[in-house]
Amino acid sequence: MEEQYTSFFIDDTEYITLLTEKFKRRKKWVSIDKQKVISYIPGTIDKIYVKPNQKVKQGEKLLILEAMKMKNTIIAPCDGKIKYINVQIGDKIPKNELLIVLE
Amino acid sequence: MASKDKNLELLEKREEVSKGGGIEALKKQEEMGKMVARQRIITLLDNDSFHEYDLFAEHEARDFDMDKKTLHGDGVITGTGTINGKPVCIYAQDFTVAGGSLGLMHARKIVKIMDHALKMRIPIIGINDSGGARVQEGVNSLAGYGEIFYRNTISSGYIPQISVILGPCAGGAVYSPALTDFVFVVDKISKMFITGPEVIKTVLGEEISMEDLGGARVNCEISGNAHFFATSEQECFQQIFRLMSFIPWNNTRRPLPYPAKKPKPEFEIGKIIPNDPKLPYDVRDVIKAIVDASDFFEIQELWAKNIVIGFGRLNGETIGFVANQPKVLAGVLDVDSSDKAARFIRFCDAFNIPIVTLVDIPGYLPGVDQEHAGVIRHGAKVLYAFSEATVPKITVILRKAYGGGYIAMNSIHLHADFVFAWPNAEIAVMGPEGAANIIFKKEILSAPNPEEMRKQKIQEYKDKFANPYVAAARGYIDSVVHPEETRNFLIHAIDVSINKTENRPQKKHGIPPF
Repeated sequence: MEEQYTSFFIDDTEYITLLTEKFKRRKKWVSIDKQKVISYIPGTIDKIYVKPNQKVKQGEKLLILEAMKMKNTIIAPCDGKIKYINVQIGDKIPKNELLIVLE
Repeated sequence: MASKDKNLELLEKREEVSKGGGIEALKKQEEMGKMVARQRIITLLDNDSFHEYDLFAEHEARDFDMDKKTLHGDGVITGTGTINGKPVCIYAQDFTVAGGSLGLMHARKIVKIMDHALKMRIPIIGINDSGGARVQEGVNSLAGYGEIFYRNTISSGYIPQISVILGPCAGGAVYSPALTDFVFVVDKISKMFITGPEVIKTVLGEEISMEDLGGARVNCEISGNAHFFATSEQECFQQIFRLMSFIPWNNTRRPLPYPAKKPKPEFEIGKIIPNDPKLPYDVRDVIKAIVDASDFFEIQELWAKNIVIGFGRLNGETIGFVANQPKVLAGVLDVDSSDKAARFIRFCDAFNIPIVTLVDIPGYLPGVDQEHAGVIRHGAKVLYAFSEATVPKITVILRKAYGGGYIAMNSIHLHADFVFAWPNAEIAVMGPEGAANIIFKKEILSAPNPEEMRKQKIQEYKDKFANPYVAAARGYIDSVVHPEETRNFLIHAIDVSINKTENRPQKKHGIPPF
């Protein structure tokens, strides 16, 4: 495999160097969108407490995500109105799946 | 004659037990491309030096029909022998006997040989090849692991501990290797992980092969759990043999000296480093230009390549080298390279091995992932390890030494014994470009031609500060040396440090930022 030297800046100084695979594959930072509720673990939707257009307060129960034999309560990350519910009761969902959008 | 019969009986018993899990199982092990346990020990140790103990150990498990099963040696071989004349304690798990699973007697045998190593103050080598806990023995099996981990911890820094992974080593079992000083793995044979692919799939829905999860390469390149990668068991044993030549028996001794040799002439020390601090080179060539016979034994060669660690000799004496690698990520310190360096420094300090640090560092790696991964607490390990070490500590600043990186790389402020710098070295808070942009911000922005002014100010800063003499004037550098003089300065520094003693305040132990 041919080694690819690239330009790399630290404190405004340019260096010519190789990058590691780990560095190249690092996750780019994206700021968290508080209005999107995302699953942090794969599992099954057990209950949904809210309906579209319903107003919710921060900390209010949105739904139950059953995973690893635990019923995990998913709560509202902020005050808002339910704009959209992306899941139905009984859905098996992967990790990082969009569950609910607030506005 | 009765006694003759008894003698014969012993030989017969030995032969029977030596079959391990039986001819079929031994054949199967070989078909997997793996040596069998006893053969591994015999190959690794000096000819005819292996003496085995607890050959006739038997398990006492009664549940689940275990009382009807005979497990020869209870799945582990233990004993003592020598490597290049140096005594070692050794054990090897025998995968042909109940999958090398760890039961109470199996663990007792390991613990016994570990206690022996501790008492005799000689290195311990563990060859791991086991399916894990012997489920039939329940909590006794867990107790066994716990006793092993305890001894690994107690032995740490007292006798060298070496782990060789020659098969599966999963679940709790991985923590014995993790507590030892050096972990050897072999491609396609070694597997190390806490939770296997099956569990990961069930819990997280992620599918991954055993090899991609915890194969030899992954543990050497990505996780950094292993230190040495080999493509065959033979190569692995040669690596262990070489490592043993650099380290002492225990923490009261020094490594055995070897006949002094000059570096090979093809490594010309003055011609390796480009003058321009932004251009890369391989710092291992500098080490090879310094050490005896240009023989450098690198550790964790495949992980966190932006720092280089390993052993070499100066005038016959073992030295631990820590060097920034400008060829990779410009030689920055980051989470992984800090961990790599700090642990090695602590090994050297524990086992009376002087440390030579070669510095060419632009600073720390910027990035959200680094900050969130805790580059602060990981980076602190390097400061802690260098400051704490009382072995002779010598630093050579090869080119640039900027900012926090300069302090961390065994600067005189962390009480390095000697700091040398090459004439081309520059010690500063940051590179001239960054420094000029901050100091002369107003002048640059208000100039009719800002780019022209920027260049002029950078040059001004370079002329004034990009040299070793500012630091030398304050005594932060003991001597500015010509590259050709480096080896002699180092050898002399090691010679005069032979009786070094440094007192530390009385305490139980420090609290390094683990």
